[in-house]
Amino acid sequence: MSASTAAQNQRTLLILLLIAGAMLGLAFASVPLYRLFCQVTGYGGTPQIALNATAPGTSTALPPFRIQFNADTSMDLPWEFSPEQREISLKAGEEVLFAYHARNLSSQPVVGTAVFNVTPPQAGAYFMKTQCFCFEKQRLEAGQSMDFPVLFYIDPAIAGDPDAADIREITLSYTFYPADKVPLEQTGQ
Amino acid sequence: MSHDHKPGFFTRWFCSTNHKDIGTLYIIFALCAGIIGGLFSVMMRAELHEPGVQYLVAADEAAGVKGGLLGAAERMAQDALTMDSSAKVDARGLPTDNGQRDGQLWNVLITAHGLIMVFFVVMPALIGGFGNWFVPLMIGAPDMAFPRLNNISFWLMIPAFALLVCSALVGVGAGTGWTIYPPLSSRLGQDGMSVDMAIFALHLAGISSILGAANFITTIFNMRAPGMTLHRMPLFAWAMLVTAFLLLLSVPVLGGAITMLLTDRNFGTAFFDPAGGGDPILFQHLFWFFGHPEVYIMILPAFGIISHIVSTFSRKPIFGYLGMAYAMVAIGVVGFVVWAHHMYTTGLSVNTRAYFTAATLIIAVPTGVKIFSWIATMWGGSLRFTTPMLWAIGFIFLFTLGGVTGVVLANGGMDLALHDTYYVVAHFHYVLSLGAVFAIFAGWYYWIGKMSGRQYPEFWGKVHFFTTFIGVNLIFFPQHFLGLQGMPRRYIDYPDAYAYWNQISSIGAYIAFASSLLFVLIAIYTLKWGKKVEANYWGDGATTLEWTVASPPPFHTFNTQPVIKGDGQH
Repeated sequence: MSASTAAQNQRTLLILLLIAGAMLGLAFASVPLYRLFCQVTGYGGTPQIALNATAPGTSTALPPFRIQFNADTSMDLPWEFSPEQREISLKAGEEVLFAYHARNLSSQPVVGTAVFNVTPPQAGAYFMKTQCFCFEKQRLEAGQSMDFPVLFYIDPAIAGDPDAADIREITLSYTFYPADKVPLEQTGQ
Repeated sequence: MSHDHKPGFFTRWFCSTNHKDIGTLYIIFALCAGIIGGLFSVMMRAELHEPGVQYLVAADEAAGVKGGLLGAAERMAQDALTMDSSAKVDARGLPTDNGQRDGQLWNVLITAHGLIMVFFVVMPALIGGFGNWFVPLMIGAPDMAFPRLNNISFWLMIPAFALLVCSALVGVGAGTGWTIYPPLSSRLGQDGMSVDMAIFALHLAGISSILGAANFITTIFNMRAPGMTLHRMPLFAWAMLVTAFLLLLSVPVLGGAITMLLTDRNFGTAFFDPAGGGDPILFQHLFWFFGHPEVYIMILPAFGIISHIVSTFSRKPIFGYLGMAYAMVAIGVVGFVVWAHHMYTTGLSVNTRAYFTAATLIIAVPTGVKIFSWIATMWGGSLRFTTPMLWAIGFIFLFTLGGVTGVVLANGGMDLALHDTYYVVAHFHYVLSLGAVFAIFAGWYYWIGKMSGRQYPEFWGKVHFFTTFIGVNLIFFPQHFLGLQGMPRRYIDYPDAYAYWNQISSIGAYIAFASSLLFVLIAIYTLKWGKKVEANYWGDGATTLEWTVASPPPFHTFNTQPVIKGDGQH
């Protein structure tokens, strides 16, 4: 092998290893990208966080939606957690304040955090949460009870989406976990 | 041959920097791993021979029942020797439907079988073995671009394999399936060190693959003989080039995913844990972004080998050479944008599923180009049905069958029903076990004379082919029926309704395994007593450069590079 071939080989190797390194970097970058993608598009039933949005007002163009509520707790969290009603009826564009009850069953203060989702997944992009207890970690003292509010509306634009227009029932689901694993974007409190 | 100086035994085999020796090491390694992986699959089929749990049971000291792999193997051997499986359950005091079945042991077996076959059999044999041996020879290079790196690539495989085997010996073993999905593979699903060790095994095997891939690309780009343009390069070299790029782009993603899994398991991160805002589905996306190109990594080198064999034994140049080369490029490129067809049941939207269905179906086009070009090569050729040609034709036939079921499964709507059933198992074994493995055997019979200087016994080669052909088809064809009837994969037991085809499938496994043992005998016979052969023992049809050097080739080849003229070389 001549010296020039050897030098050329090393240059090629360097480029190839850089490509492999870039793919490794991309794998890690996919974590925030994937989260961002889900938040922006409502993919996989991720509800929209619309902190400054105001509901457009009740639209009568659509029949009302049945909104069902689900509440789960992790095995590791000694909390009782349930919605105040199983389901409600809601018109598109109408903003509603809904509450979940939670009670700490243990004798110590516990911090919990809730993850959330809606089904069917296509409804995620139109499920607008203007306020939610799930945006922050929640602390309950020993034996303390609390009502957790969520303020949301259904975006009337759902009527214009061929994949979501015939959805009449939406389930909003929460699962509470102990907050010892701190997610990146919830470092407040 | 004064220049043919070989170093001493230790230096030659342990510090080897010679592409042929490293290729030989890879092939020996793949053969040993293949026997182990094959043994695991026979143990699985023996367990599934009848409904109920016969062999894979937990230890019970009071009843004198040995647990684990060894206990199961002992019971299987006993039944095999007495040819009697009727009384085995009651005789050991275990009712058929006892609570002592060891499902984790089953999971460990399927995981080990999958990981071993993918990372330690097919890849080392096709890429490390035949790739190392023949890419430099075919392009007229004196060796690989980085011989020492090549040595490192091989020797990383040994500790990787050791780690994987040892993961079964500490704790309960890694029972995650080869897909290592969390939460089954996270701390929640499987505590203990086993899964961590399996992850490290994949890390090492992955580094080995990436280094090997970079080595192949550099060699092919920079070290071709004068006059050998890319468009004159043999199709096996083309296949290795595309494969190497797929490895380079996909394996780091697997590395990232399993590293995240490792930190989730051990250091409290939450990449895939919803409690900390992570998402287990993300792991599936990352895994299949690697995993789908991976299946082409296993099959593209096979395509290359089959092209050479079909051309040689039709005594014609390959039909549509450029189409063949670029079909592989197309398969490689499109292979990167179809990964979610493994995930139709994870709640993808209708539009997403429509896209992945369409993109997946498109892959059938370049694959069809290849199949038709092989047939067109044979058309009007002067065919010789030697053993390697039989394996190659077997490959084309069975790979096409697997491709057809692949087109069925590619449809999102269809897959919802067939996902994780034996139909899928049958499909990927038709393309891998009956595809890639057939190509390994085809390549072995085609090139063993070149590699060792001794020819295999033709009659026994054909016996090996026909017994394997019957065996593997008996195993996997009935699994289509089982899948369509709804039998899910990855379970240790099944309802009685599935007993009939399972029994036939198991009998096929015994035949196929016996046939593999015959292959070991043939290999030993060939190396010891095979007839010596000249440089080009296949005659006119074999036109690539490896046939211009002696059999076996001298230790150093092409110190002066040959000059390629005209388009007749491939």
